[in-house]
Amino acid sequence: MNPVLEQTWRDPPGLWGTLCAIDHKTIGKRTIVTAFGFFLAAGILAALMRLQLARPENTLVGPDLYNQLFTTHGTAMMFLFAVPVMQGMAIYLVPLMVGARSVAFPRMNAFAYWVYLFGGLFLFVSLLFDIGPDAGWFSYVPLSGPQYTPGKRADVWAQMITFTELSGLLVAVVVIATVFKLRAPGLTLARLPLFVWAMLVTAFMILFAMPSVMLASTALILDRLVSTHFYNPAEGGDALLWQHLFWFFGHPEVYFIFIPGLAFMSSIIPTFSRRPIYGYPAIVLSLISTAFLSFGLWVHHMFATHIPDLGKSFFTAASMMIAIPTAIQIFCWITTMWKGRFDLRTPMLFVLAFFFILVLGGLTGLMVASVPLDLQLHDTYFVVAHLHYVLLGGAVFPLFGAWYYWFPKFTGRLMSERLGRWQFWLFFVGFNVAFYPMHHLGLQGMPRRVYTYPVDMGWGALNALSTAGAVMIAASVLVFIVNALGSRRGGALAGENPWGAGTLEWATASPPPPYNFERPPVVRARDPLWEPVNEPPAEPTQVVGLAERVREALVTTVVDALPSHRLAFPQPTVWPFISAIAVTVMFIGSIFTPWAIVWGGIPVAIAVTLWFWPKRRETMADLAVEKRP
Amino acid sequence: MNHRSLDVSGLPSYKFGHASLMWWGLMGLIAIEGMAFALSVGMYLYLWSQAQQWPLSAAPPDLRWGTLNVLILLASVYPNHWTKRVAEDGDEAKMGTGLVVCSLFGVALIGVRALEFTTLNCRWDSNAYGSIVWLLLGLHTTHVVTDVYDTVVLAVLFFTPGPREGRRHVDVSENAMYWYFVVWTWLPIYAVLYLMPRLTS
Repeated sequence: MNPVLEQTWRDPPGLWGTLCAIDHKTIGKRTIVTAFGFFLAAGILAALMRLQLARPENTLVGPDLYNQLFTTHGTAMMFLFAVPVMQGMAIYLVPLMVGARSVAFPRMNAFAYWVYLFGGLFLFVSLLFDIGPDAGWFSYVPLSGPQYTPGKRADVWAQMITFTELSGLLVAVVVIATVFKLRAPGLTLARLPLFVWAMLVTAFMILFAMPSVMLASTALILDRLVSTHFYNPAEGGDALLWQHLFWFFGHPEVYFIFIPGLAFMSSIIPTFSRRPIYGYPAIVLSLISTAFLSFGLWVHHMFATHIPDLGKSFFTAASMMIAIPTAIQIFCWITTMWKGRFDLRTPMLFVLAFFFILVLGGLTGLMVASVPLDLQLHDTYFVVAHLHYVLLGGAVFPLFGAWYYWFPKFTGRLMSERLGRWQFWLFFVGFNVAFYPMHHLGLQGMPRRVYTYPVDMGWGALNALSTAGAVMIAASVLVFIVNALGSRRGGALAGENPWGAGTLEWATASPPPPYNFERPPVVRARDPLWEPVNEPPAEPTQVVGLAERVREALVTTVVDALPSHRLAFPQPTVWPFISAIAVTVMFIGSIFTPWAIVWGGIPVAIAVTLWFWPKRRETMADLAVEKRP
Repeated sequence: MNHRSLDVSGLPSYKFGHASLMWWGLMGLIAIEGMAFALSVGMYLYLWSQAQQWPLSAAPPDLRWGTLNVLILLASVYPNHWTKRVAEDGDEAKMGTGLVVCSLFGVALIGVRALEFTTLNCRWDSNAYGSIVWLLLGLHTTHVVTDVYDTVVLAVLFFTPGPREGRRHVDVSENAMYWYFVVWTWLPIYAVLYLMPRLTS
């Protein structure tokens, strides 16, 4: 513990400090906990749907509410849980893994969190007021257009997009700049932990995918608010334009939920196999090729439209091809486990479930990638089963594993193994009981998004089984919450490196001090903590000479991570919070009147200007350590 | 464990261009916004591909103001280049002057842009062609307004007394970089809005 650095880098105390906080660990934890809150809320909506479908001709939920339930469930799980929780993990862990004292642009990072929080609350508050969106999580036109969805429900969906995508894009910039410029000396790109590679690739995908859905939803709001005709075929617009723009984002989105899952896998497997990962270059290249290929798949969501057959064939081929890089990674992990000394702790259980569930989801993915079969299965429960197998197998199972794995770093305490195993088996069995029957329901013709079904369809038994599985999942999540809350106070003390892992986040205290590393490390290998150090060391092992009374961090070069310059980082401030409130007022206002952009833009401009404006005291402190290039 | 230390206290406390963190942040934003422009142009071309005739029942936008804006934007590259250079030399008096001149170029551009909106020969709510024309022009105008505002704020900062860190010179340099982005994106948008419909009709 270094009291001077502590004083320099910590967020201010109290409620005010909460609003001013910019420490990446604070923001990362908040993002993860907030995303988990939305996961619970969206999970409750799913439970309601399962209860409604448990038996035929049930009357628990009516059609109108049911539409809002499935739309809000899907929207929240994708936009408020899956993407942000991964970004939260990146925000917390990437700086630690690269040996940095902070993320790049910590104030912008805090701003992104507030925008995300307000956007998410906006969606759920709307649902409580019966204006929850009801046109499906991809909000197809013309259903979501002015003619078929009067009122504000579709606007709530579209503006929630603006909030979350703005936030997601800013975090992506933060992650990219952190990875490229704030790595510890010696941490060349060729030594970058696979977790960081995966988060870097994810951030790049976000950069190029999210603008598409923002543009699409902005055009939708314009159609609804000021009578533009982007999606109106009667005036030269086109409904398929929506689907192209949405899925140009939406398919990469699946992969930027999935690739962080791969990041967790590539971190957990070597640790519990007690050996370095097998095939590091192959895994890096697979991540990058997955990212590229994921931008060439979007039309496979549109096989049931009138696009040309040649186009469909191309997208079928691309959809099959993307299985290759995933398979390469799976074989690398299997080899790592095969050659290592295997240690079956709770994080590993979740990792092993990935192999089972994701592979099943991937196989049904190959099925629906073929046009004739897709035409049969489109909009049936088969697709619901497929997407849950892919998303939960590819992202949520690894995420739970990651939670068990890094919880000691976040809190300083280990989670209970016994409850962890209970949670795992309830979740694994519950998941399969809930979603496996949906394959059969889909093959039997049960459509998605129906609020009930007649008795003589014969779908009652499988639906009841599925609901029983949902109950098990709920029980599993409850065990998880009990475990997390209990272990936070009463868990066994973890120490710096409870798992004996090799990457840098385990080289500092648990939880890490505000400055992360008293002396930032100098890196000489891919798994720095597994590297024997010569006594006395031949090369430097740590960085000294950074100012302690100013938030100073080391900036390095992009490829080789050679020291470039010292940089003074900004102090905590309330302006990101206030700016986020101003942005929220502007966004929500603008679903009612276009003038909200003009008048709401003024407070935003004022707030961000005051945010930027240098404070004399900080300027003087920075000047004291300034050195011209 | 014994340690050997790498002493970084002799390193400078800021750098320009791609060595700086700011440059990478800016490039991230440029990638996002560049993508938004590219997709908007894609929307324009897609809607065109779905249409029998283009523009839909309207004449293409009048050339006068849009072309004048091309000239103003191209001319504005020089003062921005000059300001960027004096920022990298650390000459604060010249930076102030440069920022004022750049701001004036920006204001002139916004003035002409306002006139440009009056000679588009279509309304946003007349048909899909009008909608996409207004969207493209609106998107670019948003960038112009934001960057001009940034430039004005920086100019005010440099006329406010008090010591300033050298890092602020990096801000000035990167502000010019962003302006280049605004300039270079206008050229393809101008070509799409003003020239393409004329070439094919």
